[in-house]
Amino acid sequence: MTPQHHPGDDLLIAYAAGSQDEPVALVVATHLALCPRCRKEVERLEALGGVLLEEQEAEPLAEKSLEQALARLDEAAPDEPAQPSRQLARRSAEVDPVVPRPLRDYLGDGLDQLDWTAFRGLEKVELLPEFPSFRTRLMRIKSGTAMPTHTHDGSELTLVLAGGFSDESGHFVRGDVAEADPSVNHQPVADPGEDCLCLAVTDAPLRLTGPFGRLLNPFLRI
Amino acid sequence: MLSAVATEIPMPLAKSKVALVARPAPRVQRVMRIETPAQKTGAEASAEELMSAVAERRDRAAFVRLFELFGPRVKAYLMRQGADRASAEDLVQDVMLTVWHRAVQFDRNKATFSTWVFTIARNRRIDSLRRANRPEIDPEDPALVREPDDPADQVVDAAERSKHLHAAVAQLPVEQERLLRLAYFEDKSHSVIAEELALPLGTVKSRLRLAMTKLRAALETLE
Repeated sequence: MTPQHHPGDDLLIAYAAGSQDEPVALVVATHLALCPRCRKEVERLEALGGVLLEEQEAEPLAEKSLEQALARLDEAAPDEPAQPSRQLARRSAEVDPVVPRPLRDYLGDGLDQLDWTAFRGLEKVELLPEFPSFRTRLMRIKSGTAMPTHTHDGSELTLVLAGGFSDESGHFVRGDVAEADPSVNHQPVADPGEDCLCLAVTDAPLRLTGPFGRLLNPFLRI
Repeated sequence: MLSAVATEIPMPLAKSKVALVARPAPRVQRVMRIETPAQKTGAEASAEELMSAVAERRDRAAFVRLFELFGPRVKAYLMRQGADRASAEDLVQDVMLTVWHRAVQFDRNKATFSTWVFTIARNRRIDSLRRANRPEIDPEDPALVREPDDPADQVVDAAERSKHLHAAVAQLPVEQERLLRLAYFEDKSHSVIAEELALPLGTVKSRLRLAMTKLRAALETLE
């Protein structure tokens, strides 16, 4: 079954336009690997980018521009793909059927080798620490466990990779994306039967709102 | 903006324009007014045909035409994204050399040349101006989920799709069109755009959604 909960048009547009920060783009791109519908949608949005580029006013090139380019045509092609400016942890050689590219390339040696920290039925790993205005986490929630009730100062984007969870807005399984904005106060509960593995990106720290949550809040940043 | 297109055409292109406009332009509204690179190449060869010549014969003359047609637009795109004049020039060189080196990878059944150039320029910009990686799917990844009838595999007529999109963009309400261009050309998050336009973020998102609904409807007859 293919995903039923997709990223909103605004997220797909920002992905096609290339205006998202890497953590958000990682969630969208990993969803694309699991969702033929959104792959199609992004293909259309890139076609739109081409159309808008054609309609773009021209900015005259420097006088020698063409000449310089022609002089370089016989140079050897640069390595392909072009070296990313920041190396990923490791390009994984192993295929993990649960974790598709591009996320797999951010995980190094695979799920089991990650530096998981555990707290009350929840295990997590921080990813992309180089983007401090986001919290990018891989989370494993024990089957049947309820997360603390929380709301957000910013938005939260969650992609399910295995298992599933439910909250007030619906039931989410592999490939589904849940979007929560500051108005959402929710308590996700993992499905019984299988641990729920998901990739979550928040662009501001969560605020815990349940009675225990409020108490824990200064100490615990889930 | 429209007259600017004509006056800012770099000289080599302006000279050859006489030959180029000979072909009747059976296009719609906006497209009649704005001469897109695709149309300008029409009389001799489409950008896609020029690209085939580059891929199959390493045809330098065809490359020169593509450079003249798209270089100035790629430069304008990069400058709107925050590149200064000098780095925009450097990146145009990179983008057009990438076109030359990867010519065989261009598949005109999947995309128009302008779409392909857009994606190359976008990725070079993220790499160079943002110093970030662009997470992308790997079409060869065995973990990639496909459907037997994978919509991503359907063959579309890329040129036809582009024509429909030109027409549909021209018919969008002006505030939606403006927003769409901002979203594509300014390297800003939607919340920053909302702030600058003094609009609630929800309004920005719903306008983009409305625009997409209309563009989708315009493509439906096609796919």
